[in-house]
Amino acid sequence: MLHIKCPYCGMRSQNEFSYGGDASVKRPELNKEISDEEWDNFVYNRKSLRGKHLELWQHLSGCRQWIKVERDTATHEIFNTFKADEEIS
Amino acid sequence: MQKYSIFNLVKNAFSNHENWDLAWKDPTPKEEYDVVIIGGGGHGLATAYYLAKEHNITKVAIIEKGWIGGGNVGRNTTIIRSNYMHDENALFSEFGMDLWRKMSQDLNYNVMFSPRGIINLAHSDAQMNAYARRGNSMRLNGIDAVLLNREQVKEIIPMADFSEDVRFPIFGGLMQPSAGTARHDAVAWGYARQADSMGVDIIQNCEVTGFDVTAGKINGIRTSRGNIKTKKVGLCVAGSTNILAEKLNMTLPIETHLLQACVSEPVKPILDRVVTFGAGHFYISQSDKGEMVMGGDLDGYNSYAQRGNLPTLQHVLTEGIAMMPFLSKLKMLRTWGGIMDMSMDGSPIIDKTHIDGLYLNCGWCYGGFKATPASGWTFAHTIAQDRVHELNAGFSLNRFSTGHLIDEKGLGTKTWIS
Repeated sequence: MLHIKCPYCGMRSQNEFSYGGDASVKRPELNKEISDEEWDNFVYNRKSLRGKHLELWQHLSGCRQWIKVERDTATHEIFNTFKADEEIS
Repeated sequence: MQKYSIFNLVKNAFSNHENWDLAWKDPTPKEEYDVVIIGGGGHGLATAYYLAKEHNITKVAIIEKGWIGGGNVGRNTTIIRSNYMHDENALFSEFGMDLWRKMSQDLNYNVMFSPRGIINLAHSDAQMNAYARRGNSMRLNGIDAVLLNREQVKEIIPMADFSEDVRFPIFGGLMQPSAGTARHDAVAWGYARQADSMGVDIIQNCEVTGFDVTAGKINGIRTSRGNIKTKKVGLCVAGSTNILAEKLNMTLPIETHLLQACVSEPVKPILDRVVTFGAGHFYISQSDKGEMVMGGDLDGYNSYAQRGNLPTLQHVLTEGIAMMPFLSKLKMLRTWGGIMDMSMDGSPIIDKTHIDGLYLNCGWCYGGFKATPASGWTFAHTIAQDRVHELNAGFSLNRFSTGHLIDEKGLGTKTWIS
């Protein structure tokens, strides 16, 4: 079982969380012309990295906050967790 | 190649079965091939077989990172069906059903195809209506479908929970009588043996490390066992599709996820159909050895681990016990995981790409095994003729930008959320 450290609640079991996919995907800026390709990349296309992967999770059965988790997709090791709006250097 | 027959079996018995030919050779890679198939799973082996058989292209190599049949073709729950509503999936799968029926004779290898029928259980009036609609769509496409009421289901699978006070009572079900199971390893080995006999090189323990692409054309691949020249490359690598796509600077509408399956200890014959739970995601059949073969949901997060986690297993088996309470008495024998190439609409991709000579076969989600022959057949056609066949024309890569999605399950763009 995964153990995810919620930045608000602390270490909790995977059962309390639901997955939200790749956190590096950015919605195109609405105030400029957006090409079909940009929409495709936002809606459908994914890198699906093997190794370190930054992803969204929601602490659904807890504080209900969305968080970012840095996790290895090959070993399932979790390196770090962040608040959803936290800048990651 | 020695034919597998009762005559040869008896003949070889006199020499203690020590003189059988190897089922396939272990060649060293040649410098150049007409076609290189990356991935020695069911789809890759089938593609090579149909390239040789249907298109007389035999200067073909299959490049496999590990050993053939060690990926998803050896890790699935062996279900074969064509109970789809949308035309693209229905016609493609039904074409495959025909290949399944002939496979053992065609390959001279007993794949133990068992058309025992699949029943999707319904647990509400609304679900019965949805199944009636799907059944009618199937019949319009020439696929057998029977809508069963509660009493009819009870006659076929009396061991399911038919009590009145359960959370998800069984209202009825949709049955495809011609669906069934097959022995998954035999499918890989059968295709491998025939492909090898027609001159295909099956190269194992050989990892692809890069591609030679110049001016938008493929010229060869780089592998851990040297460079190979070729004008045509077919990608059949399921859960590893994104890893190779990255080497080609492509991002695909695919995410790699983890799917688990498990078998119980073997018990006496009790279940002679494939049954799926309609109020969640759980499927079950009984193997010839007597094990209950079970599977269900994805683990739910991107993964390349080929190794599952317990919460999902617990969730899936809870559904199983809700459907068939006797399962709670069984001991678990084995659990395992495989990595799925989950496409963004739940339907596969068999297509050409923007790179000349590079062909893509991926996005099989939960349904890769049953698609093995049809996938190999259409992919071989696509590679040999350099154009898609009408059976796989709908499985295009650009459907995500043109909006022609095949959203069979209505899951939208995140097929792994279910």
